[in-house]
Amino acid sequence: MGRRGVDAVGIDVGSRTVEVVAVAAGAVRVRRRAETAFDYLDQVRRMLSDLDFRSALATGYGRHLVAKELGIGAVTEIRAHAAGAAVLRPGARAVLDIGGQDTKAMTLGPGGRVLRFEMNDRCAAGTGRFFEVTAQSLGCPLEDFGALALSGADTVAISSMCTVFAETEVVALRSRGVPAADVARALVASVAGRAAAMLRRVGAAGEVVFTGGVARNRAMAEVLAGVAGLPVWVPPEPDFTGALGAALLAARPRPGKVDPVPPRDEAARNGPPGTRCGEPGG
Amino acid sequence: MGGDYDEMWRGLGLDLPAHERLLELLGGYYREVYLSQADRPRAMAYLDAVMADIHGGRVRELQAARAEGRKVVGTFCVFVPEELVLAAGAACVGLCAGAEVGFAEAERLLPRNTCPLVKSFFGFRLARLCPFMAACDLLVGETTCDGKKKAYELLADLAPTYVMEVPQAKRSADRALFREEVRRLAEALEALTGRRITAEGLARAVRLVNRRRRALQRLARLRGADPAPISGRDALLVNQVAFYDDPERFTGAVEALCDELEARVAAGRGVAPAGTPRLLVAGAPMAVPNWKVPHVVEGAGAVIVGEESCIGERHTRDLVDEAAADLDALLDALVDRYLRIDCACFTPNDDRLDHVVEMVRRTRADGVVHFALQFCQPYAIEAARVRDRLDREGIPMLRIETDYSMEDVDALATRIEAFVETLG
Ligand code: SF4
Ligand code: SF4
Repeated sequence: MGRRGVDAVGIDVGSRTVEVVAVAAGAVRVRRRAETAFDYLDQVRRMLSDLDFRSALATGYGRHLVAKELGIGAVTEIRAHAAGAAVLRPGARAVLDIGGQDTKAMTLGPGGRVLRFEMNDRCAAGTGRFFEVTAQSLGCPLEDFGALALSGADTVAISSMCTVFAETEVVALRSRGVPAADVARALVASVAGRAAAMLRRVGAAGEVVFTGGVARNRAMAEVLAGVAGLPVWVPPEPDFTGALGAALLAARPRPGKVDPVPPRDEAARNGPPGTRCGEPGG
Repeated sequence: MGGDYDEMWRGLGLDLPAHERLLELLGGYYREVYLSQADRPRAMAYLDAVMADIHGGRVRELQAARAEGRKVVGTFCVFVPEELVLAAGAACVGLCAGAEVGFAEAERLLPRNTCPLVKSFFGFRLARLCPFMAACDLLVGETTCDGKKKAYELLADLAPTYVMEVPQAKRSADRALFREEVRRLAEALEALTGRRITAEGLARAVRLVNRRRRALQRLARLRGADPAPISGRDALLVNQVAFYDDPERFTGAVEALCDELEARVAAGRGVAPAGTPRLLVAGAPMAVPNWKVPHVVEGAGAVIVGEESCIGERHTRDLVDEAAADLDALLDALVDRYLRIDCACFTPNDDRLDHVVEMVRRTRADGVVHFALQFCQPYAIEAARVRDRLDREGIPMLRIETDYSMEDVDALATRIEAFVETLG
């Protein structure tokens, strides 16, 4: 198998999936995705093994480790999605990205510059993971979840954004005999409501470019547009937006490619004294 | 070096094995956050020594003073006039607590959703891990936010506690109330120490504390240089240690640090290259060893050039007028100075907005990270007004809310890195 020469590569190491996009002469040449492996570094190396590239950028939650090991630069998901969206939809002014474990909303200035952003912290409420879990308790494969929700009616509401509590609500609604389609619709509406609030906080006005894996759910875009009162546009391969943005940023001539941020080591994770020391019996 | 202090710590009722572990963890974290920095000012060696000996040397000094009949007073807020404590012949230590320690015990008394600062001082007390608190003859609380106010009622069952009222507005009736509270505190301190607060004694204390404030102001000004001559982590540490070190000795150490920084600035030497994104941190206090935010911010390739915070400029910005001649005039001068503090517990609190903007301009910051401790309503809510004002001034702001745990550092780092990217 011959090696493929490309200009630049973007690698998006997310919590659920890894995407790789390679560009040459301003066009996408390669698109690859895989479920994030425990040893994602090795996985990324394999995904890149047949590519010859001049520059690369890592993004996503695994960006610093990959950047360090491959000797490349890193950008945050926020910047990467903004860059991707700005190319997919020239003139884009607002972006919503819902990925496996987080949600980001941002507004863009000219040239895809991020003006303001919001991001959920701590928990995966209202993200891809939320749909994985709740679809399962509805007995619906994730691929069909959007279609199911589209066929539902607004008869009930899910009040909890917490994945665990929402699952309990789903079980309760099901036992009351509410049709699965209506429950699916309610789940979509609750996530859309939260995303719309985030978009309001960043001051989004006008069309929203909706990216990330959850944008594949056709019901989401429709319900979101209604809840947010804004037109929503979904690119053809929404989950590749981050990797695409990283690839495009990598393709720009820019000095000092190496990631200035070292990966967080264990000491930083353990943090200040703590958690253990004041506990009973301590 | 724990060995030599065991006797003292046991005498203070500490839980020695748990305390030992705390010091080990603290030492590890300090190495990670502080000693890993490149090209630190040499004068930071004084602070390193203070930190290496954090529960030792200074506590021993306080205990020695107590053995000679002096009293030690602990405070939790910059509203308690330190000058009065000193003038009454007592030593003053700030007890703000910045570690997630003893939270399990603290949560037996306090709701889970209590600000970590409050939970932490209870945790230290209940888990018997803070020699400073144990060495205090009196704790002086204040009625600032509701969490603290109610917590002091519980604290009073655990240790001798005195609460002074701090008003919530700054009209003339509020001033009169605070004036009366300052007088009442003076009386309580005299009763504690058995020494009268005289005009000479108070004037001396005012000059001493002002000197420390001036030294810290000088440090703050030097941070306006680009490249920044000192990291935000180091500067925060200096401001943290200000709360419990001996004021005289500490002031000397800060002056020495400033001399060195002045030479650095003159030589164009900095801790990060010129042009590194510069950030101001504004909001709630970050008490030892809460170095989480500066560690993440500076890890993201920015440098912090100021703290608009009680452990920072809210503590050092204003001086007490030294011209006052008699005791009454001195007490008035104290009241004037302390009522200038722009804590978010006040309403309205417009001065704070001006101060944030003034600091951004003076430190030549590119943006502001607004920091609220989790469950701190005053700062979390006031963030919206700060944002409005900064929007109007064209100054970017990132709002964060976090506690002492490490579970959100990755998410926090992503947001801060993204914010830094937007400044580039
Ligand atoms: S933030 Fe307010 S209550 Fe807290 S220490 Fe500062 S002045 Fe006191
Ligand atoms: S940080 Fe906020 S909630 Fe905590 S003690 Fe200070 S004012 Fe109160």
